[in-house]
Amino acid sequence: MPQETITLEVFRYRPEDGPEPVFQSYEVPFRKDWVVLDALNYVKDEIDGSLSYRWSCRMGVCGSCGMMINGEPVLTCAAFLETYLPGPIRIEPLANFPVVRDLVIEMDDVMEKLNRVSPWIIPAEEKPVSEGEYLQTPDELEDFKQYSMCINCMLCYSACPVFGLEPGFIGPAAIALAQRYNLDGRDAGNDHRMEVLSDDEGIWQCTLVGECSAVCPKSVDPAGAIQRYKVTATTDWWKSKLMPWSS
Amino acid sequence: MSHYPRYKKYRPKVYRRSIPIFWWVHKWPHTRFILRELTSVFVAFYVIVLLLQVRSLAAGPQAYADFLAWLQTPLALALHVVAFAMVLYHSITWFSLAPKAMVIRVGRTRIPGWAIAGANFAAWGVFSVILAWIILAV
Amino acid sequence: MATHKGKTNEPFWWALFGAGGVFAAFFIPVLLFINGLAIPLGLIEAPSYENALALVQHPLTRLFLFGLISLSMFHWAHRFRFTLYDGLQIKHLNFLVALMCYGTAVVVSIFTVVVLFQV
Repeated sequence: MPQETITLEVFRYRPEDGPEPVFQSYEVPFRKDWVVLDALNYVKDEIDGSLSYRWSCRMGVCGSCGMMINGEPVLTCAAFLETYLPGPIRIEPLANFPVVRDLVIEMDDVMEKLNRVSPWIIPAEEKPVSEGEYLQTPDELEDFKQYSMCINCMLCYSACPVFGLEPGFIGPAAIALAQRYNLDGRDAGNDHRMEVLSDDEGIWQCTLVGECSAVCPKSVDPAGAIQRYKVTATTDWWKSKLMPWSS
Repeated sequence: MSHYPRYKKYRPKVYRRSIPIFWWVHKWPHTRFILRELTSVFVAFYVIVLLLQVRSLAAGPQAYADFLAWLQTPLALALHVVAFAMVLYHSITWFSLAPKAMVIRVGRTRIPGWAIAGANFAAWGVFSVILAWIILAV
Repeated sequence: MATHKGKTNEPFWWALFGAGGVFAAFFIPVLLFINGLAIPLGLIEAPSYENALALVQHPLTRLFLFGLISLSMFHWAHRFRFTLYDGLQIKHLNFLVALMCYGTAVVVSIFTVVVLFQV
């Protein structure tokens, strides 16, 4: 007989009820085309309206619905219930982040880090609007396009053991975002970002575990971005020591 | 008259989950990562053995013969078998990760990762043959 | 004037780690197999003492051996340092750990120079 329901074991944390979290079980209908987010919405609509969680587009472009499912960071809008048969499915807030309530995490820290790398075009010279637009070839776009696909879902921070151990680590998404601008032909801010990135809490804490790229739903490959930047920063450092007269 | 509402910043009582000391035994990708990092211990082990072998050469034919005899002991062989597996794992993971740091583009197409890794593996084969020939043909 | 804006000296150690990793990856497996397994197990005949000595005494061999041994040690030092930080969470001892790791690499490198002069 095909399975008709599936059990969710959901992490509940309500500070007003007590300092320790609990797991609460919910039985939801099993539908072949449902994702975990659909199941959570069913819980909130029909069973327990007190459950708190973030979601928005439900199609993998907004980056809001990241959670741990059976210990793996995934977008709940992309995780089909069928994958986790027969269940139960354990749902927890994203790892390595403080939990505000139920499945909602505090992400101010990462938001600040994204901002820290100056994620905007820093042109060599300010061009007045009257001079017209920047022109960019498709080849130049290819140089950085992959790193522009990040949806800030923070699954990579959840997967990164270094970020878990060292909350000061600037992290995969921030470095990939910096590379999106460093490799953009219109940008001249490489030097400026070097100060933030080539830091003990910047790229140098990364030990290429590679889990960030493994969990990224958009194939941004932050691990690759970081390794490339290590080469860039090292070349820059050695050039400044061995050939300080060069520009 | 500006009488904007003064909000008190909401400071939630957050719950922080701790990381166990041996976090890397719980998930295979993490264990595999630590094993990869520990290959460096066996790299260091072997270059020290190599150094001691060179030193035995400097100390004379008897010392060299003694060292060769030590290499044949069960302990030495066991250590070398383990070390061989680990240094192979170092080489395989090192060359497989090379494409992450080396991105070479020809026009719009990026040279695929397997090609860069493949070139590294091929060079490894060539160097190994050359070194083997130097040691054995002498 | 080329200046590196980052205030850290990590690029120095990372460069040594990278170079050491490349040397170790290309050259160590075959050396270990021949010297540590094939010859002791009798699969290949050991070179005579005179031939082995002559090979090692060649200036290029000495240079190669110094490069391989020293860089491999710095590769180990850097990697092991971070493994201790992350694997055992002893980052608060970071100065001691760094000193022990890089210090060992320096000592072995000096010892290598001494031995290569004696040979």
